[in-house]
Amino acid sequence: MSSYFDDPMVLRQIIMDHYEYPRNHELKKQEGYAEVHMASESCIDDLFIEAKIKDGIIEDTGFEGTACTIATSSTSIMSELIKGKTTKEALEIINNYLAMVDEREYDEDMLEELIAFKTVSKQANRIKCATIGIKGFVQLIEESEKNHE
Amino acid sequence: MFDVSEVRKDFPMLQNKMMQNHPLVYLDNGATTFKPQSVIDAVTGYYTTTSCNIHRGDYDLSFQISSEYENARKSVAQFLNAEAKEIVFTSGATASLNQIAYGYGLKHLQKGDVILTTEAEHASSILPWFKVVEQTGAVIEYIELTEKGELSVENVRKALHEKVKVVVFAAVSNVLGFKNPVKEITRLAHELGAVVVCDGAQWVPHVKTDVKDLDVDFMVFSAHKCCGPTGIGVLYGKYDLLEDMEPVVYGGGANARFDACGNILLKHAPAKFEAGTPAIEAALGLKAAVEYLQKLDMDNIEAYEADLKRYAIEKLKELDHLMIYNAEASTGIIAFNVKDVFAQDAASYLNSQGIAVRAGNHCAKILVQHLKTSETIRASFYFYNTKEDVDRFVEACKNITVENCVGLFF
Ligand SMILES: Cc1ncc(COP(=O)(O)O)c(C=O)c1O
Repeated sequence: MSSYFDDPMVLRQIIMDHYEYPRNHELKKQEGYAEVHMASESCIDDLFIEAKIKDGIIEDTGFEGTACTIATSSTSIMSELIKGKTTKEALEIINNYLAMVDEREYDEDMLEELIAFKTVSKQANRIKCATIGIKGFVQLIEESEKNHE
Repeated sequence: MFDVSEVRKDFPMLQNKMMQNHPLVYLDNGATTFKPQSVIDAVTGYYTTTSCNIHRGDYDLSFQISSEYENARKSVAQFLNAEAKEIVFTSGATASLNQIAYGYGLKHLQKGDVILTTEAEHASSILPWFKVVEQTGAVIEYIELTEKGELSVENVRKALHEKVKVVVFAAVSNVLGFKNPVKEITRLAHELGAVVVCDGAQWVPHVKTDVKDLDVDFMVFSAHKCCGPTGIGVLYGKYDLLEDMEPVVYGGGANARFDACGNILLKHAPAKFEAGTPAIEAALGLKAAVEYLQKLDMDNIEAYEADLKRYAIEKLKELDHLMIYNAEASTGIIAFNVKDVFAQDAASYLNSQGIAVRAGNHCAKILVQHLKTSETIRASFYFYNTKEDVDRFVEACKNITVENCVGLFF
């Protein structure tokens, strides 16, 4: 697996694909769904992130908005990856991802296509883009846990 | 006309500065500008040779620096063709605009009064008036812009009416860079007795400013956008209006007398608006900046930038995948997009080629309605940019594609 994910062509293709055909790219706005608005101060990404979380399980995810390649594709991949997971599992994936983007130690095996963002910090100003949608999911998970308590 | 290669020697930031392993091409002058050595020396000179407060001490150094600070005011006044007493130092254009809205607007506006503006204003220009509206019951009305997003005298005439008490607009818009007919708009506004607040943040650095000739009531700008330091800006106001405006900030230096019962006797303008210790070194830097600009001559600067803009547009127009939104605007601002590429991705690509531009989104309806987009890339020139800068920029624009934008990360 790791050799496949080491090929820059493949990684680039993953980002392009999720940018051009973003997954879960709609807001359901139905009962049981919570939504957050993520607008960055320092860049022009502007996303609405949605999740349906019930009994600690992320049953559905979605997002919409105007955003760059990096923000759109990272949010798209993450929306797929955490769907159907428990909030605990999702947070583990997310924390590993954030560690990778921050150039800290992380577990590669958890991240699947998110590996494509391994070198995003080459353009320091784009780390924001690579995390804006993901931080939206974190907020929704934290909110759901608060409500549950 | 000045020799740009000589001019560039005055700017440390233009000497061998690299970005992403390329020589830097700086095209974000609408955001802020580089400083010539004379400005840097004025700022650091304060700290190395004076470093005392103004208006305070009974000793030589304080007396000297107080005079130098007031000399800075005189230089700025001369630069704008105003009187020194009409020049208030603030922390920047934003602070100046807030001072006017809160200090003049709140005091004078009543329910039903109208503030006339456009949908292309900078947030710093319009947001303070939103607060004035909340507190006074006055209302904001918008002058319709032309198809191209320009402010026309004709539309101003149509929008003006008896209830309009204040007209607020940018002399040059930071988004599209059109040079607005300030003098004509002001004349029309005055016919109805309205007060004109002119945001000169993108005008004063690029166009000769004569506030007497323009006859505007208030004009503001930031030093950092015209080769001066950050942390200082100017609020010009006709003296009667300054006297008729309340300070937003109270404190030492602004009051002549006060007693324990809370009776305050304020000083006159401009001192009453300058409570507290100001950015003294920045005032000295601003003085050096306006002297630098005057040496080059503002008319030369405007002509040089217009020429550079024409040159850039000619070349950019040959690129089919670019959409340029303001080819006709004469100041050095180019608002554009690359087809099918998000503005920020394109700006990032340019960054990777050593070119600094800004991707911005604009709530301003003008862009949504006139340009059919809410994000643009802005390249903005100053007099130290060259045709070689433009060539580098154009070459890089040729290669902006989604693939190349994503390719940056590998
Ligand atoms: C038209 C206009 N007005 C006001 C401002 C605010 O200037 P400052 O941030 O220096 O206060 C700017 C700066 O971007 C501007 O372009």
